[in-house]
Amino acid sequence: MALLQIAEPGQSTAPHEHRLAVGIDLGTTNSLVATVRNGIAVVLNDEHGRSLLPSVVRYSPDGSVQVGYEAQAQASADPHNTIISAKRFMGRGIKDLPDAATLPYHFVDAPGMVQIRTAAGVKSPVEVSAEILKVLKRRAEASLGGELIGAVITVPAYFDDAQRQATKDAARLAGLNVLRLLNEPTAAAIAYGLDNAAEGIYAVYDLGGGTFDISILRLTRGVFEVMATNGDSALGGDDFDRRIYCWILEQAGLHAITDHDKALLLAKAREAKEMLSEQPSVRITAVLSGGELIDLTLTEDAFNDMTESLVAKTLLPCRKALRDAGLKPADVKGVVMVGGSTRIPRIQAAVGEFFGQTPLNNLDPDKVVALGAAMQANVLAGNKGQDDWLLLDVVPLSLGIETMGGLVEKIIPRNSTIPLARAQEFTTYKDGQTAMMIHVVQGERELVSDCRSLARFELRGIPPMVAGAARVRVTFQVDADGLLSVTAREMSTGVEAHIEVKPSYGLTDEEVARMLQDSYTHASEDMAARNLAEARVDGQRLAEATRSALAADGEALLTAEERAAIESLIATLERALAGNDLKAIKQAADALNQGTVEFAASRMDASVRRALTGHRLEEIDV
Amino acid sequence: MLDFNRNHFELFGLRPAFRLSREQIDRAYREIQTEIHPDRFAHAGEAEQRLAMQWTARVNEAYATLREPFERARYLLELHGVQAMDARNTAMPADFLMQQMAWREQLETAKGKSDINALQRLEQAVRGEAEALERELAELLDERHDYGRAAETLRKYRFLDKLLVEIEAAYDEIDG
Repeated sequence: MALLQIAEPGQSTAPHEHRLAVGIDLGTTNSLVATVRNGIAVVLNDEHGRSLLPSVVRYSPDGSVQVGYEAQAQASADPHNTIISAKRFMGRGIKDLPDAATLPYHFVDAPGMVQIRTAAGVKSPVEVSAEILKVLKRRAEASLGGELIGAVITVPAYFDDAQRQATKDAARLAGLNVLRLLNEPTAAAIAYGLDNAAEGIYAVYDLGGGTFDISILRLTRGVFEVMATNGDSALGGDDFDRRIYCWILEQAGLHAITDHDKALLLAKAREAKEMLSEQPSVRITAVLSGGELIDLTLTEDAFNDMTESLVAKTLLPCRKALRDAGLKPADVKGVVMVGGSTRIPRIQAAVGEFFGQTPLNNLDPDKVVALGAAMQANVLAGNKGQDDWLLLDVVPLSLGIETMGGLVEKIIPRNSTIPLARAQEFTTYKDGQTAMMIHVVQGERELVSDCRSLARFELRGIPPMVAGAARVRVTFQVDADGLLSVTAREMSTGVEAHIEVKPSYGLTDEEVARMLQDSYTHASEDMAARNLAEARVDGQRLAEATRSALAADGEALLTAEERAAIESLIATLERALAGNDLKAIKQAADALNQGTVEFAASRMDASVRRALTGHRLEEIDV
Repeated sequence: MLDFNRNHFELFGLRPAFRLSREQIDRAYREIQTEIHPDRFAHAGEAEQRLAMQWTARVNEAYATLREPFERARYLLELHGVQAMDARNTAMPADFLMQQMAWREQLETAKGKSDINALQRLEQAVRGEAEALERELAELLDERHDYGRAAETLRKYRFLDKLLVEIEAAYDEIDG
């Protein structure tokens, strides 16, 4: 019998070829990191054995930053500098935050996205989120004993392009290679579906700290297909806390209170909400800074009454999502609950009543998203599991452009499967018009003013023609992360303009590069060495991938000469990889990429044919 | 060799017909996606990743067209050189138009009174008519190959399709 192997403590137990990748649930209230170890998804704990990291960041005047429990403990002592629920501000302007006045922060209304003035300077929500991600990255690397090749980061399904872009920026700022932005309910469905070998239609009801999502998925033989998604990106567990907080103020007859007391009572409100999931009533006590004593009792009934409208607000998106999917509640085979707030008994009951069945609770609603993200990260990192599965996700909100009269012409309807590309032609409005403003918007309403503006760019150099004669083709492309890029092209001349949709506040690539550079200088890391290491990893991956492609299909698809040519390109790359010349590695990798374009096309062709052979004959014959 | 000019039916390995079941289309779609989705090539070379992205976008487009009866019929007619939705073809039988106006009035009334039951009755009536037109389309396209008349039927179908979208929107409006 073979002896069991035991690794040295702190060292990776994974075999050499296992690539370290994680899933990160960047939550409004708490964040988590998970990975797949020995084929099983596990949440990674901190050195105290705690899995959750409170999404709280505290900035001190000396520039030091505290994250998690440490920061949370200071929330009421230092409310202005302790940022809670930064996710609610991602990609949002001050006008998008109706409750800004009730929050203890000094908001700075920057174009596009609010910023917060702290003791350590003005911080954007992207920077705050990056601090949380950095801690999780360190936790993962310490616990896995190596550098991560990448991470899947989850976002609410109902996040629009601005919010997604902000999340991706935060990850880059934290030095994470983003393998994919994954929708939270979809991640939960993966964790749930793979765990239970489920088939059929499932609904994922995800009430997070600050966002609500509902997704309807069809699980068919290893394919997770999102049929429809809906939600409210400004509704979450925080709103339940705030209802209790307002109730406390009312009951205690308090009007103007200090920011310290505000933070204290909000924390008490959250505690009360959590306890009410376990017991029928809860006593709330607090001593305010002025010495006033708060001593109240909140019953579950009173809590249910004050939050009834919030619960009802979650059911409307459920109805819409089902309608978009062309389904009735009875078609749904199971309802997966995600997010700590779904522990509230009234929510369990309301969701159960709506779908006519008891919701599934066999996975921890706090962890299920991170676990699903880890599984997807494992696949995208190239660590093949035993079960093959595929994820088909959708864009949550329609994308379009502004036309005459401030109206929206939708180019990509909501719930279209990504990745996708779609084009539409537009024309000029005036005789001799030589430029066209392309205003990209996202939302379901007909008026531009009711939708979110994502980007504006101009197409210039249209030859002067009579109105209506020019043909401008606008192409929308949405990648697998759900991020949009837009190209406009005048067809007769070929004049072209292109934009990666980065909302005006979004960090430019140069800014991110500079910030990254700064952080490396602080960590006294050598940028050149890092670049070389990255190029080497990429090059090795490419050589390996090409070798396995040759092994699989070289015989069938290539002539002896073609094969020899590719093999010589691999050999050149491998020689470069053995050295330390960054430029040589990049050149050899580019050459190999170029040299395999046709082989790749033939392989893809063979794949499609393989997919169709099963039923081609019976169906092609009329 | 895969070729971007191949039509949607060929791409999916389906015969070019209107009468296709949603199951057939869904199955072909899933089978192709399983082979070509970018996630399948997350670890492959750049060339393959780019191709996978392009092909997946192409396949998603084909799927969006084939799965919707209206789009599928319009696409089939296009393959036969008929532009069914050409703006010059607007003639409609008078009785058909009268029925449309009556239904639209019912929709406005139901919306005004937030009357879900009236909305459901209307939806049922419109769906019934839409299904009848789908059967007619199937016969004209798949058996009689009468593309001129099919285009007329499709234009009628378009009215109903739009009305159904508005009915859906009315449900949302009444709900909240």
